[in-house]
Amino acid sequence: MSGDIFLLLVQDGLTTGAIYLLLAVGLLLVFSVTRVIFIPQGDFVAYGTLSFAALLANRVPGTLWLLDGLALLSALISLRHARLVGWRGFALRLGPPAALTAASLLLLRFWPAPLPLGIVAVGIVAALGPLVYRFAFAPISRSPLLALLIVAMAVHYVLIGLGLIFFGPEAASTPAFTDASVGFAGEQISGQSLCVYAAAAVLVAALRWAFGRTLYGRALRAAASNALGAKLVGIDEGTTGRLAFLLAAALGGFAGILIGAVTPIGYDTGFILGLKGFVAAIIGGLASYPLAAAGALVVGIAESFADFWASAYRDVIVFTLIIPVLVWLSLRRPGVEDG
Amino acid sequence: MSARKLLPPLLAVIALAIPYLVPAYALTLLAYVGMAALVALGLVLLTGIAGQTSFGQAAFVGIAAYTSAYLAKVQGVSPFLGLPAGLLGTGVVAWLLGLITSRLSGHYLALASVAWGISFPYLFATIGPLGGFNGMADIPTLSAFGHRLTDPHAWLYLIWAVLLASVWLARNLLDGRRGRAIRALAGGRTMADSLGIDTARLSRTVFVLAALAAGLSGWLFAHYQLFINPSPFSLDAGIEYLFMVIVGGVAWLWGAVVGAGVVVVLRDQLNDLLPRLIGQPGNYETIVFAIVVIVVLQRAPAGLWPMLRRLASPAPPARPGVAVALPHRGAPAGSAPALELSGVTRRFGGLVAASGIGFAVYPGEIVALIGPNGAGKTTVFNLISGALAPDEGRIQVFGADVAGLPARDVARRGVARTFQHVRLLPERSVLENIALGAHERGRSGLLAALLRLDRAEERRLLAEAARQAARVGLAARLMEPAGSLPLGQQRIVEIARALAADPRLLLLDEPAAGLRLQEKAQLAVLLQGLRAEGMAVLLVEHDMDFVMNLADRVVVMDFGQTIAEGLPAVVQSDEAVLEAYLGGIE
Amino acid sequence: MRDGVLLAVEGLRAGYGAVEVLHGVDLAVAEREIVAIVGPNGAGKSTLMAAVMGLIPRRGGSVRFAGERASGRTEALVGAGLVLVPETRALFADMPVQDNLDLGAFARWRAGGRGFGRDLDRVFSLFPRLAERRRQLAGTLSGGERQMLALGRALMGRPRLLLLDEPSLGLAPRIVRDIFHVLAELRREGLAILLVEQNARAALQLSDHACVLEMGEVVLAGPSAALAGNARVRETYLGSQQRSENAVG
Repeated sequence: MSGDIFLLLVQDGLTTGAIYLLLAVGLLLVFSVTRVIFIPQGDFVAYGTLSFAALLANRVPGTLWLLDGLALLSALISLRHARLVGWRGFALRLGPPAALTAASLLLLRFWPAPLPLGIVAVGIVAALGPLVYRFAFAPISRSPLLALLIVAMAVHYVLIGLGLIFFGPEAASTPAFTDASVGFAGEQISGQSLCVYAAAAVLVAALRWAFGRTLYGRALRAAASNALGAKLVGIDEGTTGRLAFLLAAALGGFAGILIGAVTPIGYDTGFILGLKGFVAAIIGGLASYPLAAAGALVVGIAESFADFWASAYRDVIVFTLIIPVLVWLSLRRPGVEDG
Repeated sequence: MSARKLLPPLLAVIALAIPYLVPAYALTLLAYVGMAALVALGLVLLTGIAGQTSFGQAAFVGIAAYTSAYLAKVQGVSPFLGLPAGLLGTGVVAWLLGLITSRLSGHYLALASVAWGISFPYLFATIGPLGGFNGMADIPTLSAFGHRLTDPHAWLYLIWAVLLASVWLARNLLDGRRGRAIRALAGGRTMADSLGIDTARLSRTVFVLAALAAGLSGWLFAHYQLFINPSPFSLDAGIEYLFMVIVGGVAWLWGAVVGAGVVVVLRDQLNDLLPRLIGQPGNYETIVFAIVVIVVLQRAPAGLWPMLRRLASPAPPARPGVAVALPHRGAPAGSAPALELSGVTRRFGGLVAASGIGFAVYPGEIVALIGPNGAGKTTVFNLISGALAPDEGRIQVFGADVAGLPARDVARRGVARTFQHVRLLPERSVLENIALGAHERGRSGLLAALLRLDRAEERRLLAEAARQAARVGLAARLMEPAGSLPLGQQRIVEIARALAADPRLLLLDEPAAGLRLQEKAQLAVLLQGLRAEGMAVLLVEHDMDFVMNLADRVVVMDFGQTIAEGLPAVVQSDEAVLEAYLGGIE
Repeated sequence: MRDGVLLAVEGLRAGYGAVEVLHGVDLAVAEREIVAIVGPNGAGKSTLMAAVMGLIPRRGGSVRFAGERASGRTEALVGAGLVLVPETRALFADMPVQDNLDLGAFARWRAGGRGFGRDLDRVFSLFPRLAERRRQLAGTLSGGERQMLALGRALMGRPRLLLLDEPSLGLAPRIVRDIFHVLAELRREGLAILLVEQNARAALQLSDHACVLEMGEVVLAGPSAALAGNARVRETYLGSQQRSENAVG
């Protein structure tokens, strides 16, 4: 293998790795706060790409109607405890979907540029996150982890089924941020790759700040650290769950817009992408953000090399990575459950 | 003859007539229900009963299907030889995977199953002789004595005969000592390990059995459908099998059949309907299944079968009869201590939970380990019973070093324990819970259990359990679910379970907690009786009256160290003990 | 019923799965009062705390706090000034001491309250050790410091009634003494405390009222001094006559 190809593969690997990193962060966040193994994360990626592509094609994406429908349903159900929810609650439930609907329709008519449409697309996907939590996971938040995992799997099937209805079977791409490329140490690095690195770095830095400094961010970490302790200082399980899902879905949607420019995304491509983010999160022991980030880059590079050498077995190779990690994780936790 | 007695033969006649009463397309549908139910049956065993979730069962269906199809079509081997070959292939792959999965806990196993669920279909599609994505067509059907099996009625009988036979085998397996041990796997392994059960091996066995059920289905599938490709063995298919089990009732063998029926029939109906409604082709029925699964898990996590079963009002299980007693372990020879600790230390991170602990317990002696909450008593218990390994020091049981040995090996030397936080199978009867303790006193093999040849031994085990129940005063509540007893009584069930293991050294963690005064007195009488028989007893207990009246010697711990040891009366007036226990605030 | 009752528990029943642990417990805590619950392990003391706080569903009976019917929602109870320090402490182990304390005021912050600096100063003056270790991760603290942090975090919520489950658990006698002195001081400032404590002697010395919980029922209740003199309590929870004389001597 020549040095050029090697560097090209590394660059490719780092680009997809940076995207897996965003997914891994979302998965880790959701798992640590709600114990949900968030299989549908990948479907949010696909929703991100496909919603963006639909908007660019001057179509209202079906995900927007899904959002409106679920939000309305949630508001209707909450009418039963109207006193508890209050005006603020209703505004919170209906405000964002209404704003996103209005923004989509107005933008499509008056300003159909990629940047605002991209923001709306990520917004739609992000707003779906808390609703998925509310309908699928909140009612069984105290169930065993495996029940949550099976529900997560079921949600994935609902989302890809709806994805097929909304977007049809064809894959779609999104425009690159830039066609430029930069010379670096005698090699050409594509501007899109640099954009992906930068976006991932900015997001990670923003999340670090939010988790370290803001009280809501610290409340999320607290809920992940000790669920009982969080409850006892008044951190409401529903709020942290919705917040975690909001962030994870937003990360997924944004990853969708990034990856749409690298590779075409269909309604059912997301699952495999999500699983790769998952492999990264597992390499991080489902607990450590830095390790998961490193894991994501490893997965990206491993995939890029596997694709070069044995492309038919690419995914097999990537998924097999998790088995030794799973064994190590199981062995590391000795079987004593009594204190 | 009563109506109740007439019912089974009547149902059997109706069942046999069904293939000739239904339209032709229903024959196909029922055949697919039967084959799916086989896979689901294995999954009930694995997931609902042994507590190991797998999304990858379809891969095992595929291994057997491809093996037998390849042998029959390419090599010209009879499908009847393809069956053992297919099962062997499936079994070997499952056993190898099981080497890994039996070490994985809970959701890690489920995630690993995603990995192999994705990988195997890739392999089927990329191994040349298997036909790639197009798969293999014109697979020979079954034939015997020159007669080719093509009649759909005959196929239906065959498939359902295989299914019902498998249900029968699975029922036999569950209705015995191995079945109890399999159920014990679901709630964490600590308890089963403490009874000497080889949990890693058992969970591997269950894993292989579930894979074999899937393999059986794959063999039928290949020779029934006569063409195969990778898609029915994909991860999606594996997840659909899991959905069947969830809908039907994950903990019930018949739940597999009900779930397979619901999903297969519903898929058949929705397959036509939904694309017409939506206006474009696609497998939209999975949306419906997925929503059904979500609703079932939210509203009725036990699934459909328990509801159906309630309508049928099943007969209560029979109480055990009399049987020849099980053989006893001989009394230990000589006057060696039953248990001897010296310099035992265990750290958790920076915290020293036990530091330089040393004491001995002799046969026919009750030693109490006392100390304030958090003093490290339970850690010492876990070190002795093998649930934890010490960092330093020696632990000897009847003269043999056991420090660092797994709990199973310690248990097999005649050590039985109870737990501070009760570990029972709450849904199962008191009798079954106690019989679990006698698991290692049974000898019957897996095959004998599957074929119900273990009945004589099973009667002896249950009779022994009933005897221990009577001994601890639980005879009246033998058939009640253990979880319905008050917590204090659940501790007594644990003592009976420990006694059923025929131990020589008994470790009791707070046996008197939650007992009424009179029940405590009964417990004291029981322990005195055991002492008189030569049993060595080490107990952790908070109730000072109970301890001081019962124990021969007392070991006092505080902050991970022994601060006093001796006769109850002496320890009671020890300054350090009084400070640890009774220190006032002034 | 005493005057100025803050917490009134009547006929409370609760349990886990098929098992009922509390069979109708009555209990009252007045303003500025320390009430102790003593009883053997397994009597249901922690279950009582959990049921009052809404951590497990209540199966019967009523809980009234500050004259209002208390809902079963833990977050709402915390907002109303009912704060529990559980037996496990439930600290945020992988977060710094400072974050643990800040989060103690989360319910008040969400309700629009601000200005927690004063509360923080107060906690640091009660437990100077925490001020020294404010940047350290909670999981790296010693047992005594953890209990201080758990108390400090609870105080940041400005409770009207503090529920303490086994505050002396696993602590050296000297530290237990320190913590009990802080509790006495907090009471003087007007805080009410409901205390579950294995060290019955210390609990009865500190508290105004006490009750004995056995098998999920209150079998004895009254002023702590009276209970400390009760023959059965002395026998079961304070050590025998001879032992207590030794302890004094």
